[in-house]
Amino acid sequence: MINQNEVLETNEMIEKENLDVRTITLGISLLDCIDSDIDKCCDNVYKKITTVAKDLVPVGKEIEAEFGIPIVNKRISVTPMALVGGSACKDTSDFVKLAKTMDNAAKAVGVNLIGGYSALVSKGMTKADEMLIRSIPEALHSTDRVCSSINLGSTKTGINMDAVRLMGEIVKETAEISKDNDSMDCMKLVVFCNAPDDNPFMAGAFHGVTETDAIINVGVSGPGVVKTALEKVRGADFETLCETIKKTAFKVTRVGQLVAGEASKMLNIPFGIVDLSLAPTPAVGDSVADILCEIGLEYAGAPGTTAALALLNDQVKKGGVMASSYVGGLSGAFIPVSEDQGMIDAVKAGALTLEKLEAMTCVCSVGLDMIAIPGDTKATTISGIIADEMAIGMVNQKTTAVRIIPAIGKDVGEQVEFGGLFGYAPIMPVNKYSCDDFVNRKGRIPAPIHSFKN
Amino acid sequence: MKKTIITVVGKDTVGIIAKVCTYLANNRVNILDISQTIVQDYFNMMMIVDMNDSSKPFGDIADELAQIGEEIGVIVKCQREEIFEKMHRI
Repeated sequence: MINQNEVLETNEMIEKENLDVRTITLGISLLDCIDSDIDKCCDNVYKKITTVAKDLVPVGKEIEAEFGIPIVNKRISVTPMALVGGSACKDTSDFVKLAKTMDNAAKAVGVNLIGGYSALVSKGMTKADEMLIRSIPEALHSTDRVCSSINLGSTKTGINMDAVRLMGEIVKETAEISKDNDSMDCMKLVVFCNAPDDNPFMAGAFHGVTETDAIINVGVSGPGVVKTALEKVRGADFETLCETIKKTAFKVTRVGQLVAGEASKMLNIPFGIVDLSLAPTPAVGDSVADILCEIGLEYAGAPGTTAALALLNDQVKKGGVMASSYVGGLSGAFIPVSEDQGMIDAVKAGALTLEKLEAMTCVCSVGLDMIAIPGDTKATTISGIIADEMAIGMVNQKTTAVRIIPAIGKDVGEQVEFGGLFGYAPIMPVNKYSCDDFVNRKGRIPAPIHSFKN
Repeated sequence: MKKTIITVVGKDTVGIIAKVCTYLANNRVNILDISQTIVQDYFNMMMIVDMNDSSKPFGDIADELAQIGEEIGVIVKCQREEIFEKMHRI
């Protein structure tokens, strides 16, 4: 039987160390909503989302109450819209209509974000894919809750450099259109290499075509819990350090598995995966950078950071994988800048640069995330940053991403405020040298040699 | 049988157990186990209860217990046992 110490330990994790379930994300297939008429297509999409997801928020709240664990976000991911709208959309304004439909459906069922305004163009772009991409700035600006993600490359296909070049321009346009608001629309736009079909985290969540009709994916979070556990073994050897992280990750992930199972039962929708994640928030004590400091660094970004992060990421997976029956999504430590107070402090202190962040993305779950750069950064330079990150993903057979915010009208030394869970970010300097001639080449980068495994 | 864990934490005062137990009895909640300690004047109690015969939904009982806790200056939490079971047992 459960004893008092175990109950106290769990409740301390929740109350003092910010243990929570970061998101329950309901993936919904919209493939059966396809129609050649745009209004009919929008109608189908609205009906499908509001029917399948009608109980998501109340069920989430009920689980929170019964187990006493906060579930921070309830969200929806849908089939990439470039596929759903391919037949109906004749121009970019038709795609914007679909985005508005997603937004209305999200508001109707009470979820805070909906992902899947997406296109998968890792090898080539269809006309619909390109149209959707070109509609992104307006679509994001005329909606509140829609998130967009574009897959630009994969280990199997190489990198679609035409799409990389286009996305540099689109990121810039998205920043321009929301310049009165610290270019905030860029927060809802991410590009990927090797994007997973079952990622529950925004802005990159979409419901892949390999998935069933509807599915529940859960993302857990507990950087504060890991940090507190490590405080108790300060100065111990690597074996003790790794064991402590592993055991803590196991406990955190078990909560995710429980919540996922319960939500699946109550909604009568199959359970997909648990994303084994350490996802920070700007709240004090909810920081991945603080864990790196606890491991022994003065600031995140100091020499040794990549090794410490590699160790952390690996132990989180090793501990988490046994705690859940199915693991997927991005699974690993997230290193966003604006959403992590420890990372913000490191940037302010001059300890953490864009180049060091890029190195860190080789060994952690995603990529360059929530990074503000000067507003006058050229589109080709943004494409260059994206291409570098895609190459890391392609060669290392892992997911990488870029969610970067060119803060229009602002420069290094200033900061942008996003508010709430998104936090704030000091603007980081970008390498000034040009990559125009590289980015302006047409075509794609071939898949690496180790992708030919047949 | 679905078991529920009730925890009561706060500054010690007269009648904490009495108030919580009276409420549980009135709502046909059966107490299976109680353990209680006092550390530096701080009252710490854990109860394992069975709510199957109660006519009230879980959420109402949890809210009302939290309310009673507030009146006597302690924090009362009501959680299904599985969250602890899952976390601490393989």
